[in-house]
Amino acid sequence: MTAPHPETWLKVLPQGLYCEPGGFYIDPVRAVDRAVITHAHSDHARPGHRAVLATAPTLALMQARLGEDGAGAVRQALAWGERIRINDVDLWLQPAGHVLGSAQVAMEWRGSRAVVSGDYKRAPDPTCAGFEPIACDVFVTEATFALPVFRHPPADAEIRRLLASVALFPERTHVVGCYSLGKCQRLIALLRQAGWDAPIWLHGALAAMCRVYEEQGVALGELLPATVAAKGRLVGQIVLAPPSAVADRWARRLAEPVVCMASGWMRVRQRAKQGGVELPLVISDHADWDELNATLDEVGAPEVWVTHGREEALIHAAGQRGIRGRALRLVGYSDEGSEE
Amino acid sequence: MIAFADLLERLVFTPGRNAKIALLRRYFATQPDPDRGLGLAAVTGELSFATAKAGLIRQLAADRTDPELFAWSYDYVGDLAETVALMWPSRATNAAPPRLSEVVGTLDRAPKAALPAIVAGWLDACDPSVRLALLKLITGGLRVGASARLAKIALADMSGGRIAPDDIEEVWHGLAPPYSALFAWIEGQAPRPDPADAPVFRPPMLAHPLDAGDIAGLDPALLRAEWKWDGIRVQLVASAGGRRLYSRGAEDISDAFPEILAAMEFHAVLDGELLVVRDGQVAPFADLQQRLNRKAVTAKMMKDYPVGVRLYDMLFEGADDIRPLAFDARRARLEAWHGRMAPARLDLSELIRFGSIAELAALRDGARAVAIEGLMLKRADAPYVPGRPKGLWWKWKRDPLTIDAVLMYAQRGHGKRSSYYSDYTFGLWRADGELVPVGKAYFGFTDEELAFLDRWIRNHTTQRFGPVREVERGLVLEVAFDAAQLSSRHKSGVALRFPRIARIRTDKPAAEADRLETLMRLVENAQS
Repeated sequence: MTAPHPETWLKVLPQGLYCEPGGFYIDPVRAVDRAVITHAHSDHARPGHRAVLATAPTLALMQARLGEDGAGAVRQALAWGERIRINDVDLWLQPAGHVLGSAQVAMEWRGSRAVVSGDYKRAPDPTCAGFEPIACDVFVTEATFALPVFRHPPADAEIRRLLASVALFPERTHVVGCYSLGKCQRLIALLRQAGWDAPIWLHGALAAMCRVYEEQGVALGELLPATVAAKGRLVGQIVLAPPSAVADRWARRLAEPVVCMASGWMRVRQRAKQGGVELPLVISDHADWDELNATLDEVGAPEVWVTHGREEALIHAAGQRGIRGRALRLVGYSDEGSEE
Repeated sequence: MIAFADLLERLVFTPGRNAKIALLRRYFATQPDPDRGLGLAAVTGELSFATAKAGLIRQLAADRTDPELFAWSYDYVGDLAETVALMWPSRATNAAPPRLSEVVGTLDRAPKAALPAIVAGWLDACDPSVRLALLKLITGGLRVGASARLAKIALADMSGGRIAPDDIEEVWHGLAPPYSALFAWIEGQAPRPDPADAPVFRPPMLAHPLDAGDIAGLDPALLRAEWKWDGIRVQLVASAGGRRLYSRGAEDISDAFPEILAAMEFHAVLDGELLVVRDGQVAPFADLQQRLNRKAVTAKMMKDYPVGVRLYDMLFEGADDIRPLAFDARRARLEAWHGRMAPARLDLSELIRFGSIAELAALRDGARAVAIEGLMLKRADAPYVPGRPKGLWWKWKRDPLTIDAVLMYAQRGHGKRSSYYSDYTFGLWRADGELVPVGKAYFGFTDEELAFLDRWIRNHTTQRFGPVREVERGLVLEVAFDAAQLSSRHKSGVALRFPRIARIRTDKPAAEADRLETLMRLVENAQS
């Protein structure tokens, strides 16, 4: 008997991607009975599910973000590679390299294997475990940066550009726009790796997620609240804030701020200029074009499903290599550029 | 090329003037000749290549990239050079990125057929930032975000204050890339380059606005008065070395006004106002605007918008520098010269007779004719001093007109103002009850008023379009402006000259703001 095609047991429903024989959803966009969550970003980890299965860090981040009640009435943590059986389906989690706790969901049913990547990247990140490719029949991938114009430079080189600018304008405050979960902590860790030992100042909205990272064993060094600091103390310092705050009223408290933004979208000049950014830093927690394509080749799946992003280009490129592509067009997942 | 690309990237994103000067200065001070001189030429817009054009880049993209992926990418990025710079699939190479001098030299000399392979080799050796600078150099679309003037200020800065930006201006148009003699002079290793017969630009003498407090100190016997024309200030330079027409900002605009060049059958340097003149009547500024910012001009444009220059000063007669002479003496030379030469398209700005300052004030108040903005007052004994010397020349603009308009849209400012909504589009009521935009203003308000406007806009937003907010029709602004003119470019059919926010009229309900017809009655070039 040949194994059933994943199409027959992994379905797109209005709530999200549904594993029928297992009776659970992966990153559902509405509250469901049983959910497997790849990572704690708000578009993937919605509140109100009854039972939630995820890695321990993801559950901790969800609780910090959604409260005890919002993060699932029944919570089950899985270690990397720990296999469980849900109804007839074997399931395990492997690192996705996106943010702390982010996982790929591998499922096997009657000899047929599908892997849902969630969001992922291949570049090294000191704050989370690196992506591990899994051979499979269907690979379900994201495609946020699936255009050949998106090639992220090494993040440490971008951090060096930031530090060079701090040296060039010592009388100004560098304020870096970044998302509260993942990007913020990765920037801090990269700055520490580059030798920046000074306190890093945080907008209030970033503090809670940094605390969870520290509790989970990711050391971030000295972090101080920027919101209550005197203007003079922030001269020559690095401040991190949500993207919406850096060029807005909140930033008026800073000394002649150099507005920086850390995002994969900063690769495109017009997009960077529109946001009033003075120093764009191309640092992304998503795979770039080359990483997406290399990953498809590594997992070796004959078929690739694309959840969200610029799926047409990736499907086109996969097709040229004999990989069958399918656009799932899952709604409710946001691009890196939108606010969380 | 790496340092040049880095400079361009920083300039594009840096809003502050001083920070831009610091970046330029650092580039000029650290780069060797001839690269830095070619970088300077690129920034000031003096580089162009005959054979390397945008078509070459399209061809390279077609040769190396998948057409569908290229089309999607171009659609997303929206700029040809940037799309190719970002998606270029590099082939492994041991070659280092080329120097700027190598790029410029090759683009100048290499045969057209050899260029695709050469440029592709360069692109392979470069990172995306350098590729973008290279491709922008080829398409001529650098848009560096720094003016030629800023580059000259940075150069003067480099000399440690020994050389002023205006000193550089006076030799600039006699020099050519890579400007080695200029850098040697700035660094104190060579004397000032001698422009000899070259038709170089001389920095013009500028006027201060006349404040109410200045009036008491004016001596009518020592003053000369002229109308202040609403055209653009130009300098005509004709010498054995050639003819040029320059804007006030030292930009060579000769090609846009060939009829003026043709009329320059003399050797002199003259200062005057470029105007559209029909049958001796000066047309409003909107007409002149049709001729500005064009590289070339059609016969039809020349016929429909005939230009002339109204002369008001003479800097050189032949090779004789008469700038040290008093205004009266220069004026006498100008009048005698004009009478003798009778040049086509050039007339004299008449001196206005007056007996007292009060009489002048009355003339100014009555100055409502098309293309007159007010009066110019000049000291009879003043030499021609470049820059804006105090107490020698004044501009005395007529009082502005005002309308009470309704705030419609607001946009965020730049640099220091990037967190404030500081650009305002305002409108007037049409007879049918619709509010139509009539202009945009982004100055005239105090810091407190800016803070108030910013707060009001955030609290009364009805729609957002990227950086623009549409607001409730609820705030009246008193807008001051110098003139209203018919314009086919604007939806309302009318354009305002120098609109600014005079007052915030929180006391006035929006429904009682002015109607469009009130503004139309103030229009100067209305069809009779």
